[in-house]
Amino acid sequence: MGLRRRGRVAPGGTAARRRGGWALVALVCAGLLIPLTILAVAPSPPRAEAGSSSPDMDERVRDVASELRCVVCQNLSVADSPSDLAKEMRNLIRELLQQGKTPEEIKAYFVSRYGEFVLLEPPKRGFNLLVWGLPFAALLVGACGVYLAAKRWTQRGHQAAPPLDPAYAERVRRELKEREGSSGS
Amino acid sequence: MSWKKALIPLACVPLIVLLAYGFRTDPKAIPSPLVEKAAPGFRIAVYDGDSLSLEGLKGKPVVLNFWASWCYPACYEEAPLLEATWRKYQNQGLMMVGVDIQDKEVDGREFIARFNFTFPNGPDPGSKISIDYGVYGVPETFFIDRQGRIAYKQVGALSPDVIEEQARAILEEK
Repeated sequence: MGLRRRGRVAPGGTAARRRGGWALVALVCAGLLIPLTILAVAPSPPRAEAGSSSPDMDERVRDVASELRCVVCQNLSVADSPSDLAKEMRNLIRELLQQGKTPEEIKAYFVSRYGEFVLLEPPKRGFNLLVWGLPFAALLVGACGVYLAAKRWTQRGHQAAPPLDPAYAERVRRELKEREGSSGS
Repeated sequence: MSWKKALIPLACVPLIVLLAYGFRTDPKAIPSPLVEKAAPGFRIAVYDGDSLSLEGLKGKPVVLNFWASWCYPACYEEAPLLEATWRKYQNQGLMMVGVDIQDKEVDGREFIARFNFTFPNGPDPGSKISIDYGVYGVPETFFIDRQGRIAYKQVGALSPDVIEEQARAILEEK
């Protein structure tokens, strides 16, 4: 009922004017709706957690949190984990940064509580050096292996052909001659 | 067998040793750097309205237990043991404190009522105490000696033997 009344035309208006009017209405609607739609669809900025102060602080929290392991997850950083404990850890990092602690001091605090396990990157010292060094050592050994194998293959390619059996050579020569004779005639 | 042929099985030995070590290790167990070190200080507002701190318990052996009502079945299994140990040793000076982590107050109170806890228990807003003690799951229990040093840490539910042995150890330690 009410919707049907929408199409009523003012008395005395021409068809062209009616079309122009509708186009204007459509344009205004589009002008209003498009920005609203974009606002609704556009991704919202990351929500700051308790005690948030500025985007710069959020970034600093994220920088520290991304270097710490979420202790209740599998291979997730504190920055990426949705767990409650990781959220509390992020809040604590924010609090410590606001107190003026440096990222290094904050990481040292978490290490003192959870051990080096809490660091996503093990420090480059002592036994940990193996973790950093072994992949490169393996790469070097592999490269040496490939080099030696390639060298051996190329040397094999350059080796002189074994001497030809004289009887076989004589047979080839004879057959070639016969072939030439038959094709010439 | 030439030495080159022997090299292949020999190269497998470190790999097998590494695998054997890996399979024997619990990847979820995180060794605590706090054991045998001074216990971090804390203040907790217990559910009955009082507040207590580790500083205030100086000179007393303390059993600090982290639990949650949603931690089933481990926390439910050890809860009667905690209460029994508390009742057995409180007159000898043992102190027991429960920290209810990441829990709803109503659920925490219900858990306390269910197991008739008579030792002080309180929530840990912001998980501050939990993080300070390097807690990564529930239940976890710390046995703190009279000098305020963490003598032992139990990850997972306490067994009757462990709680008895560790409670006695921090009681007898001078």
